[in-house]
Amino acid sequence: MAVTIAKERWTSKVAEEAYGPQGLKVGGETTLPFLHFEGEIPNRAVTALEVFDTEPKDYPDILKEPFADVINDPVAWAKKVVEYGADMVALRLMSAHPDWNNASAQDVAKTAKAVADAIDVPLIVIGCGVEEKDGEILPVVAEALEGKKALIGCVTANNYKSITAAANGYGHYVIASSPLDINLCKQLNILINEMGLPLDRIAFDPLVGALGYGIEYAYSIMERARMGALTGDKTLATPIVAFIGQEAWKAKEAKDADVPEWGPQADRAILWEATTATTFAIAGANIFIMRHPESVKRFNAFVDEAMKSNAY
Amino acid sequence: MGLTGLEIFKQLPKKNCKECGQPTCLAFAMQLAAGKASLDACPYVSDAAREALDSASAPPVALVKIGAGEKAFEIGNETVMFRHDKRFEHPTGIAIQVNDNMSADEVKAKVDKINKLVFDRVGQVHEVNMVAVANDSGDAAKFADTVKLVQDNTAYPLLLISGDAAAMEKALDVAGANKPVVYAADAGNYEAMTALAKKYEAPLVVKGSDLNSLAETVEKVVALGYKNLILDSGARELSKVIADQTQIRRQALKLFRPLGYPTIAFANNDDPIMESLYASTYVAKYAGIVVVNSAEPEHILPVITLRLNIYTDPQKPIAVESKVYEILNPGPDSPVLVTTNFSLSYFCIAGDTEAARVPAYIIPVDTDGISVLTAWAAGKFSPESIADTLKKLGIMEKVNHNKIIIPGGVAVLSGQTAELTGCQVLVGPRESAGINSFFKQQWNQ
Ligand code: SF4
Repeated sequence: MAVTIAKERWTSKVAEEAYGPQGLKVGGETTLPFLHFEGEIPNRAVTALEVFDTEPKDYPDILKEPFADVINDPVAWAKKVVEYGADMVALRLMSAHPDWNNASAQDVAKTAKAVADAIDVPLIVIGCGVEEKDGEILPVVAEALEGKKALIGCVTANNYKSITAAANGYGHYVIASSPLDINLCKQLNILINEMGLPLDRIAFDPLVGALGYGIEYAYSIMERARMGALTGDKTLATPIVAFIGQEAWKAKEAKDADVPEWGPQADRAILWEATTATTFAIAGANIFIMRHPESVKRFNAFVDEAMKSNAY
Repeated sequence: MGLTGLEIFKQLPKKNCKECGQPTCLAFAMQLAAGKASLDACPYVSDAAREALDSASAPPVALVKIGAGEKAFEIGNETVMFRHDKRFEHPTGIAIQVNDNMSADEVKAKVDKINKLVFDRVGQVHEVNMVAVANDSGDAAKFADTVKLVQDNTAYPLLLISGDAAAMEKALDVAGANKPVVYAADAGNYEAMTALAKKYEAPLVVKGSDLNSLAETVEKVVALGYKNLILDSGARELSKVIADQTQIRRQALKLFRPLGYPTIAFANNDDPIMESLYASTYVAKYAGIVVVNSAEPEHILPVITLRLNIYTDPQKPIAVESKVYEILNPGPDSPVLVTTNFSLSYFCIAGDTEAARVPAYIIPVDTDGISVLTAWAAGKFSPESIADTLKKLGIMEKVNHNKIIIPGGVAVLSGQTAELTGCQVLVGPRESAGINSFFKQQWNQ
């Protein structure tokens, strides 16, 4: 008996966005991940490698090694990650953290501008993670980066107002972060949108967990959000950002050099980050913020294969 | 499954004799459709009707048992496309491949490695499930020797890979009693392979060159009277495997019977990192069995871990009991850490507290096993539930201080919690990884 190929008739699509002066396109798919046989997936998943504006404190040696000569120089580090093949640079403004250097908004904005001017790929700027402080520094950063069409985050329910207003005014995009709940993701997108920032200037971050550390929660949220987007819910149709590196490199399986029963650290650590990324790729994420260049390389090799046609 | 009462009614004898305990045949049919009666209650159903109703009431994806003895496992019986719709039932079996071109020593060494791929996680043991033996030599005697060697050295079920029915016959002479998976029946050899599988009641993989040829061969095998099947569409490229696995699951759920069986997917790749990434993808994308070459823990641990995560019941998060947990023999001056009973929250905090070498009490509040932020959003991790738990467990009577530590993510709860409990509420780190520095900065002073 011949098989009648089962195709879903999706009625809508994920928002398509274009970052940076280069116009790097993300999103726009009209079907679930890699089901090319029933819809269009016009843009591939994009990767960003992280750059810290001050030396990171918790990087294991294996993660410091590829950046050893640039780890104290964000501009040189950013150039290096472009050489390593990242589609975007994700600059993390940790120096602003009250427990780190408590750097001022002006200081971090200066670094952000210098990095943006030194690279020919779009920039993602991530605050220090303290909501209040990010609410202060990111508007100043947004102003300094006028024209760079950067992706700025993370915006939360507690600090979205000041950051959204600045991102809107200076022509940027925002990353909306809410904890592991599809309704919270939706709500924050709506709140930001109500301030006048179009939905196609937002990407959302469902606060993912790494492989072995709750990855299945964000996996299912992404699957549900994608089905929502494809069936017409515009407030869930923004591209999805996944902080892969930040989570994967917290895992003991990535960090611990010496656990004989888990095998040598090299492949294990790279696989921890790359598997976390591929898992979210098949769930529907669009932007992958990672830390190790080798994981990015492996992830891209996977995406190359997954993007091949599978039309029947 | 899937049949309406009326569809079933059409197959019944319509005698309305009440012997089934129902007033009419139609009433009995409605009970059957609701799953509240068994066809056996009617003594008059014809064999033809029984056959039709049995196959119509078969699950969308057949349940297949693999192997014999302690390491036997089941695949199939899946009912959804997405784990959030219900859950994935039977975790993918992971098979690691050896072949009969390897020397006896090489085979033994690799099987030893496979036997040691056992990992402990959150108090549970996770392991691989099968050893695949490939007849790469093309020689029947060599194949049988290798199969014997593997069987003598492992308790895991075997997956026998040969397209040559004569070689398969020899291998089954050796291993058939343990119900290995027979790989594979294709359009050319299905009669001989089906006869062999039938003889040993061993699961048989049917292999196509695409979905159409797969469905056709399945129908031919079923016509020979064998239904203990596993499907291989023949796809090996990542994107084609994703498409075929998705199609097979969709077709099965639509009750297209020729594809209503669990599947096998081959991730084998000379590059073990890519192999591991492909294997993980097939675990998430519906494979009943996934086959790899690498037996190295660094390549297998990620796949086993993802399997554990994806096959967790989303409606029933893994929870720990809400009780007083003592880390490193705490005493009256030890800190009291409050969290939720989501197992991962608890185990992260327990692990990081231990690593910080600070004796402490951990108090998981019963939030039905959901995580701190989700439980807070759902109102299950609240000043009230914290106060109730502290009181119920009597923890504050065990210590000589009045302080509790709550997770940083729910700092907003501190005011009201202090009011309700009468405790001094310290706000801990957002992530358990910050516990060490928290203790240093805020507890020891
Ligand atoms: S026993 Fe069979 S024939 Fe008799 S009423 Fe029940 S269903 Fe009908």
